[in-house]
This record gives sequence, structure tokens and C-alpha cells, in this order.
Amino acid sequence: MNPITQATAEPAEMSDRDERIREVGWFRRLLARPEFGALAGTVLVFAIFGVAAGGSGMFNSEGVVNWLTVAGYLGILAVGAAMLMIAGEFDLSVGSMIGFAGMMLAIPVLYWGWPISVAVAFCLVGAMALGWVNGYLLARTGLPSFIVTLAFFFILRGLSLALSILFTGKTIISANGDLVLRALIAEDPLISTLFVGHCFTGVYDALARAGFIAANQTGAALAIGIPKAVVWWIALTAIGAFMLGRTQLGNWILASGGDANAAKNVGIPVARVKTGMFMVTAFCAAIFAVLQVADAGSASADRGLQKEFEAIIAAVIGGCLLTGGFGSVIGAAFGAVIFGMVQIGIGYTSIDNSWYRVFLGLMLLIAVIFNNYIRQRYAGGRH
Amino acid sequence: MSDHILQLENVSKFFGPVIALNGVTLRLQRGEVHCLLGDNGAGKSTLIKTLAGVHVPDAGQYLYDGKPVQFASPRAALDLGIATVYQDLALVSLMSVARNFFMGREPKRRLFGVVPVMDHEAAARIARRELEDMGIRVRDPHQMVGTMSGGERQCLAIARAIHFGANVLILDEPTAALGVRQSVNVLRLIVRAKERGISVIFITHNVNHAYPVGDTFTLLNRGRSIGTYAKSEVAKETVLDMMAGGTEMASMMQGLAGVTI
Repeated sequence: MNPITQATAEPAEMSDRDERIREVGWFRRLLARPEFGALAGTVLVFAIFGVAAGGSGMFNSEGVVNWLTVAGYLGILAVGAAMLMIAGEFDLSVGSMIGFAGMMLAIPVLYWGWPISVAVAFCLVGAMALGWVNGYLLARTGLPSFIVTLAFFFILRGLSLALSILFTGKTIISANGDLVLRALIAEDPLISTLFVGHCFTGVYDALARAGFIAANQTGAALAIGIPKAVVWWIALTAIGAFMLGRTQLGNWILASGGDANAAKNVGIPVARVKTGMFMVTAFCAAIFAVLQVADAGSASADRGLQKEFEAIIAAVIGGCLLTGGFGSVIGAAFGAVIFGMVQIGIGYTSIDNSWYRVFLGLMLLIAVIFNNYIRQRYAGGRH
Repeated sequence: MSDHILQLENVSKFFGPVIALNGVTLRLQRGEVHCLLGDNGAGKSTLIKTLAGVHVPDAGQYLYDGKPVQFASPRAALDLGIATVYQDLALVSLMSVARNFFMGREPKRRLFGVVPVMDHEAAARIARRELEDMGIRVRDPHQMVGTMSGGERQCLAIARAIHFGANVLILDEPTAALGVRQSVNVLRLIVRAKERGISVIFITHNVNHAYPVGDTFTLLNRGRSIGTYAKSEVAKETVLDMMAGGTEMASMMQGLAGVTI
């Protein structure tokens, strides 16, 4: 026999399993979870500020509510950003959408005399329609989402300014004659319940009276409860995580982002899935806008600046791969917590605030490198 | 019921000036493994895509169970049970075996009797059982496809097609990128599919892989069919010669004494 024949006729051992795959322990399994990085990061940041700002009030009831509020607002955006990123796209127009959605709420109420609940519905539906346009353009043109949403980043920011000046002559609107935005929102029972103030105020007060948390002179708690933004954040995160993990749509989202071609070949409507996720992202931006307008009592054309980046960073810290197909909504929520803790926490320490951005950039870099490493090492993504 | 489950009669396909297929006839009998052999550029890919419903023939007829068909999309072919496993396998490496197995056709149940959710337990159970039936042991149906070897992935894709009711299985070079042992596993899977009564079209350019499992061989060369032979009519060496064009092969092999391909 000559060598080539021998080489191809090697006796095949009739083994069905590949012995080159090894059993992995629970720790490696944990490492392979998309949330792991964000969870570890949260613990790390917690530890850092626990040491650096432990005695400063950052971790008492008001301090926690402070940074949870920041985390909550960003976390609402991060839910959308994470789901979209897992579906394989990202949206740079989120920040501009916040400004525009605020205008879609304030202008109809103050200048066109719409009831507040109708205007809120208009704002949410309008934002989702714009999200649909993003997805439609992407599907029809085949352009990368970077280009399409960058265009809307400028278009929506420009429209927010131009239309608010056109209709109102101002770029920050809080009142028009007798109509005051804050008062109108407070008068509507549904909208004020959903978007204004705090929850569990009674629980906090009871805790304060029992002496567990700090109280003011009247005996009520200094922290007036959980802000509605935090409640929205937790609710949206729970819904998003459920959708992704447990539903058929979740499987379609993972497949569309993981390998759009494979997903198409098995009959998944990839374009519709992605468009749907653009609408979810826009919806989250609109919820952010409504909460912010309700909180500030005004809409401003420059609201939401740079929020698109913060949302994407939170999602990436949360374990979402920029290439799609892998990630976690829960992870993104932890990403938002890291954001909130760092942004507020720095103020409690002697560190200069300018370091906040440096820290963010480093976090992003570390998260991306870590994600890629984990994917290759444990998740076995061989692309 | 026709003897032939699939028939291409005198089918031609043109892409502008290029004649990709020129009067090809292919008849697939029920329950046989029909090997489609041809060197690179022989028109194998065009033929598969025509069978799969991606291309519509420019001339000639496509018959399913003796009746002419014209597929609007690959989905229409799939609905008749004609499943094609392409080389890219349509698997997502960052998703689990179970999620991949049911990708696009997720099993569902109702949470609290209302909320429709994907039934992950059923998906894992069925995926594991189906793969075991095919002789593929999956330790953990939640393991990512990215951790599997090329052969295991190929087997997963084939098992998935069988599970979802394929009665014709078209395999596009399933052994092309595989090592020896993995190729054997895939070949055994082809035999198992045949035992289940599935008709298989096995596209390859490797005679050593085709000959042991095939019942019938159709040879393609430069867009034409050189002929269809039953295994009893033809020896492996003859098939190889015909694939490469006979005399050319003999001259090419000069100076490579003793080598077989």
C-alpha cells in the first residue's frame, strides 16, 4: 500500500461522540452566561465604592434611590438597545428620539389642545412608527444599521429643534399661556399614576418610623420611595428577559442576530423580527421621554444627548455582542446599574467628576474584550 | 403513486449566456440513495437549487410524484417534504442544540394556560431523542452548536430535516469539509435515513463516499448528465473515470503511480 491510500483508509473507530469535547463545570457554565461580565462588574464597582464612599451616604436609602434613578432611566433604554443588538442591529437615533418624542408629547398638549393621555399615546405610537421606518429602510436598502440610524440621529435631532421653533418659537417648552405642562400631567389620573412620582412611599415611611432608614423632622422617610422610572425599568427588563428567554419570538431574535442567513433558510421572517426590535427600541426611548417630561415639567429639543451611546455601552457591558446573536436583557440592567453607581458614586468620593467618562470608556473596552474572550473560550462561537 | 418521487426531465437552466444545466434528466426512486457526482463546475449547485425550489427551470419539467410542479419558493418545496441541507447548514453557532433544532418551528405551550411560550423542556427532550435515534449522542441539548464538531453539526442539520417530515432529503456535499471518522458518521446517517424510507439525493465529488451508500449514480459534467447507473452496473473506478472525463484522468494520473482518489 502506498502512503496516500493509507492516509485515507485509516480505520474509523465507530464512536458517535466527539471525544474532543470536554465536560465543563458549573463555573465555566457561569462564565459562558452573557450576564456574567456585568454581574462581576457590578460586584466590582460595588466593592470599589463600598471602600471609597462607604461612609458617605451613597449606600443609605436616599443614596441608593439616587443612583437607582440614574440606572433606571438608562436601563429603560438599555432594554431596547440590548434586544435590538441581540437581533443583530443597533440604533444610534435613540438619543434624538428622546428629544423628538418629548416634543411629540408637549406640542400637541400645549399648542393643539390635545388631552394629555392622547398625546402620550401619540408620542409612543409615533416613536414606534419611526422605529418601524428605521427597520423598513434597513430591510429594503440592505444598508448597515449604522448608516440608517446615523441619518435618523441627525434628522430627528434637527426636526426636534426645527419643529419646536416652528410651532412654539422656543426649544424648551413647559407652558403656553394658561396651560402648564406639569399641572396638566398631574391632573390626569392615568398618566400621573404611570409616569409621575414614586412608589412604595408608605413602605419607606414605615421603615423610617421603625428606625431602619433616615427620617426627616415629620417622621417621614428622606427617600420618598422608588421612582416610577425604576419601576418601568424593572418591568421592561422583566418583560424583555421573558420574551428573549422563553418565547418563540426570543428564539427568532437570537437566530436573526446570530446568523440572519440561517434564520431565513429555516423560514424565520428576519426583516420583520429586526423591524420589531427597532420599534421596541423606539418605544423604550419614548417611555424615557415621557418620564423625563413628567419629571422635569418640560420638553426640550436637546434632551437625550449621547443617550444612544450610553444605552449601547450598558448593553455591551451587559454581555451583548456587537455582532448580534448573544446577550442578555438582565445583563444590560446590570450594565445600567454600573452606570448609575459610577455616575453618582463619583460625587460621593473625592475623585474629580471628569474621571467619570474615562471610567466609562475603560469599562466599555474591558467589556468588549471580555465578551469576545468568553465567547471564544466558553461559548464556543467559532465564526 | 409514481415509482419516482422526484423527476427532472430534460431540465435546462441559463444564467444570461451561461448554460448551467443543459437537458439534465434525474429520476429519484422512492427510498433510494441517489448520488449526484460531478467535479467542480459540473452544475451540481444549480441542480440542487432547482430541486430545492430556489431556481425555476428555464426548459424541461420538474415532477413530484409524477405530477409537474413549479415551486414559487423553497418554502413550497419544503411543504411537500423536500428538505435541502446546504453546506452552510442553517445552524447558528451561538445558540444551543435544542434551540437550533427547533429554529423557526418552536414547540409551544401555554404558561398558566394563557401566555404562549417556547417549550424548552420538550425542545431539549425531542432534540436529544431524535439525535440519539440517528446514532448521535448529545450530552447536553443546551450546549452551543459552536462547541460541536463539523460532523456533529452536519448530523444535527440532517436529523433536523428528517424530524420535520422530510421525505426527500437533498444533501449538498455533506462530507466535503469533514475528516474521515466524521464522514463515516454522516454516511451512516444517510443509510439510516434510507432505512426510514426517505429518498436521498447525495451530492458529492468524492466517489469513495458515494459508492458505499449509493444505489444509483448520476454523473454530471459541464452542465450535462453523462448518465445514470445502478450500482450493479458500474464499478467505482469507472465512476471516477467518467466524473473526470475518462482519458484526461488517465493522463493526469501518469506519474502518480499507485495513487487512487
